[in-house]
Amino acid sequence: MPAPIRLRELIRTIRTARTQAEEREMIQKECAAIRSSFREEDNTYRCRNVAKLLYMHMLGYPAHFGQLECLKLIASQKFTDKRIGYLGAMLLLDERQDVHLLMTNCIKNDLNHSTQYVQGLSLCTLGCMGSSEMCRDLAGEVEKLLKTSNSYLRKKAALCAVHVIRKVPELMEMFLPATKNLLSEKNHGVLHTSVVLLTEMCERSPDMLSHFRKLVPQLVRILKNLIMSGYSPEHDVSGISDPFLQVRILRLLRILGKGDDDSSEAMNDILAQVATNTETSKNVGNAILYETVLTIMDIKSESGLRVLAINILGRFLLNNDKNIRYVALTSLLKTVQTDHNAVQRHRSTIVDCLKDLDVSIKRRAMELSFALVNGNNIRGMMKELLYFLDSCDPDFKADCASGIFLAAEKYAPSKRWHIDTVMRVLTTAGSYVRDDSVPNLIQLITNSVEMHAYTVQRLYKALLDDISQQPLVQVASWCIGEYGDLLVSGQCEEEEPIQVSEDEVLDVLEGLLVSNLSTPVTRAYSLTAIMKLSTRFSSVNRIKKVVSIYGSSIDVELQQRAVEYNALFKKYDHMRPALLERMPIMEKTATNGPTDIAQTNGETDSTILDTKHLPSITHPASQVGRCNYHICFCLAGIPPMTAYNKNGLKIEFTFERSNPSPNIAVITIHATNSTEADMTEFVFQAAVPKTFQLQLLSPSSNVVPALNQGSVTQVIRVLNPQKQQLRMRIKLTYTHKGSPVQDLAEVNNFPPQSWQ
Amino acid sequence: MQFMLLFSRQGKLRLQKWYVPLSDKEKKKITRELVQTVLARKPKMCSFLEWRDLKIVYKRYASLYFCCAIEDQDNELITLEIIHRYVELLDKYFGSVCELDIIFNFEKAYFILDEFLLGGEAQETSKKNVLKAIEQADLLQEVRHMKQRLPAASSRRSDLHKPLRDDRPKHTHTQPDH
Repeated sequence: MPAPIRLRELIRTIRTARTQAEEREMIQKECAAIRSSFREEDNTYRCRNVAKLLYMHMLGYPAHFGQLECLKLIASQKFTDKRIGYLGAMLLLDERQDVHLLMTNCIKNDLNHSTQYVQGLSLCTLGCMGSSEMCRDLAGEVEKLLKTSNSYLRKKAALCAVHVIRKVPELMEMFLPATKNLLSEKNHGVLHTSVVLLTEMCERSPDMLSHFRKLVPQLVRILKNLIMSGYSPEHDVSGISDPFLQVRILRLLRILGKGDDDSSEAMNDILAQVATNTETSKNVGNAILYETVLTIMDIKSESGLRVLAINILGRFLLNNDKNIRYVALTSLLKTVQTDHNAVQRHRSTIVDCLKDLDVSIKRRAMELSFALVNGNNIRGMMKELLYFLDSCDPDFKADCASGIFLAAEKYAPSKRWHIDTVMRVLTTAGSYVRDDSVPNLIQLITNSVEMHAYTVQRLYKALLDDISQQPLVQVASWCIGEYGDLLVSGQCEEEEPIQVSEDEVLDVLEGLLVSNLSTPVTRAYSLTAIMKLSTRFSSVNRIKKVVSIYGSSIDVELQQRAVEYNALFKKYDHMRPALLERMPIMEKTATNGPTDIAQTNGETDSTILDTKHLPSITHPASQVGRCNYHICFCLAGIPPMTAYNKNGLKIEFTFERSNPSPNIAVITIHATNSTEADMTEFVFQAAVPKTFQLQLLSPSSNVVPALNQGSVTQVIRVLNPQKQQLRMRIKLTYTHKGSPVQDLAEVNNFPPQSWQ
Repeated sequence: MQFMLLFSRQGKLRLQKWYVPLSDKEKKKITRELVQTVLARKPKMCSFLEWRDLKIVYKRYASLYFCCAIEDQDNELITLEIIHRYVELLDKYFGSVCELDIIFNFEKAYFILDEFLLGGEAQETSKKNVLKAIEQADLLQEVRHMKQRLPAASSRRSDLHKPLRDDRPKHTHTQPDH
């Protein structure tokens, strides 16, 4: 049999292939040859064949039949064989294969080999892909090598130990003695790998961390020597001595100094020194500065040092190099909460980064911008952010829109500004706005009472322009349904009122119903809006006609609504005005922002007795946290009930079904007081049987005014997955005419529709 | 570092070093996706991108992309230096290294990498020491493979001959402090 072709020859041949098919043919031919050669147990050419196999493997062809051959090569006495064998093992084997374990013995022998380069090969392989079992078996050998005086082996053993610890954390203890004088080494390789090992151990174990804190002075000294020492050709990179080691030391210092006053103080000076003396003209210097900044921000550094760090980041932001700008933005994002004022100083530079071409930079600049918005800069920032929203990639628009809404909500200087901002977002990025923004916005609009006319007019005009953006259309329909009367009567004060007739408004809403652009949800909104206008407009007949047509709609949701509305016209016409009247101001309980950084106040709902929080009731499409609004779009017609009526205190329950989740009943309590004195410090509490879950939101107030002059309302949400009969025990406490009153009662008269 | 990939502008893999255990199938999938993502980047974009839960640091040297996946706590800028150091080592060893050198002598490229990094971390920060170790190990080889000098004009693609130099314009000066 002729000698198998050489590796380079094979590579050259394969590269001449003009098509994929030709290549595959060559590969198959060669694989067949290699296979037979393996079968013949040919020792001489095994190495060559495995090398060729590795090349073909890199091209994407299967090479599993070479796995055992790699083991044979590792077991060979020849260095050439071992070299290729170990390489093959690292490329073809992974810990999922049983074959992998067969290596253990070979590696063990080679770890004790007389030639350090063989020892090196085995350490490298073990440290790169050793499985947990292998690590367990060989940890002792590694530990031995960690104590050797041969720096070539010691540095490798240190990194191998890191891998062992990652795989089998329990073994960490056994390496502790060997770490004793690792840092006294002069050899940079050993120093570097030792620092990596120490870092790994400190990250994994608080005990190790406290133990190694005493190394801080030594680390500081080593770092100082690196900075102060003159030019060292062996470790120099662009005028900086061993930047790799410097960075690793800084990282270890960060871990050791975090949360510890003494350590932080001990490293203060050296950090300041590195921060001010490091050359910034090349990437390598900036890499060190970057790590230094991260360390300064994480430990308990004095404020002067922190300001220095932020200023470094500020300078980074102005750097021509994109990478530096990117890194600066990332770091600023991490520190914006703790050092807010310092970061604010760089706000304009950050805002400029919104215009950067790089996607990652833009995203970070956007997140940072939102974190920096406050009452003082809201107008300016919003201008920039809206401009950004206009021009950014679609991937950004959803997050940006949510961020803008949140910021506007927190810092709006005026209601008019708020509505205008919302309008701007809806019209420019309306289709990217998150689904749950719609209820948020509706609530905002409802509560801005004096802006109703202005809002509905602007929304109406927006609809005339474009009905494709669903969130915009939904909010607009809802508003027209609510405030259509203001629209046609031309009551707008903020801007020139438009002239529009009832029929024109109904045309628009009906247009939404029939348009292909409208989603089923949007259609539901517009039908309800049309219905509501029956109490605000005079063209009731037209509305009746529309409603009856949709009574036979294919869309079940639409059909149900239409049928119910029809019924409203026919049998319950006396209830219609009350049911369709203007929405009262809604309570807001909690919102969570889309980014971790922009957070609003926490939740204010209360829980009592054996009640539990309801699970997050989020729209499946939404990524935002809880939005606990009770907004009724579907008037399901559950009659209200009187839950309690004693001593002048009357408590009525009204019901809604929470749309996305029919297992949740939303009950609003209305407490009224017919006595002559106010009931103050009024607290309503409720408890339900174990199969239910209950959530109580904040009450509107805790004073029930005398003589029925007002009411206290509060929302209860009951999760009833098993659809059992709803029962509740309520406890009332209040102060009346100076004396405390307390009462318990059972509520059992829930109408069946509320829990079925 | 979780893994390092070297690939050409056409997406052909030239070297793959994995420091985390993954099946062959997973490796292929990751490689395919990542290569696509990196090749789609425009020249003016920065060297870092977020991909899955990793940070990807990449740099192009002539016709080769050097791509590393690092973890959240790793320093991106120093990773660029690591990549550069590896290129310098290859350069010193092969003498003005180009892509073809790495194609024809891929096993040597691995040997050099394994003397520089171990388990994803740098084991030796001195260029001289890494090269010395490789030299010594080469001497131990019973069968000496002469460093394959490239076939000159027979290669169809000329950029494979181009020495690996940092392809990006150097931005070394910061603006004056305000």
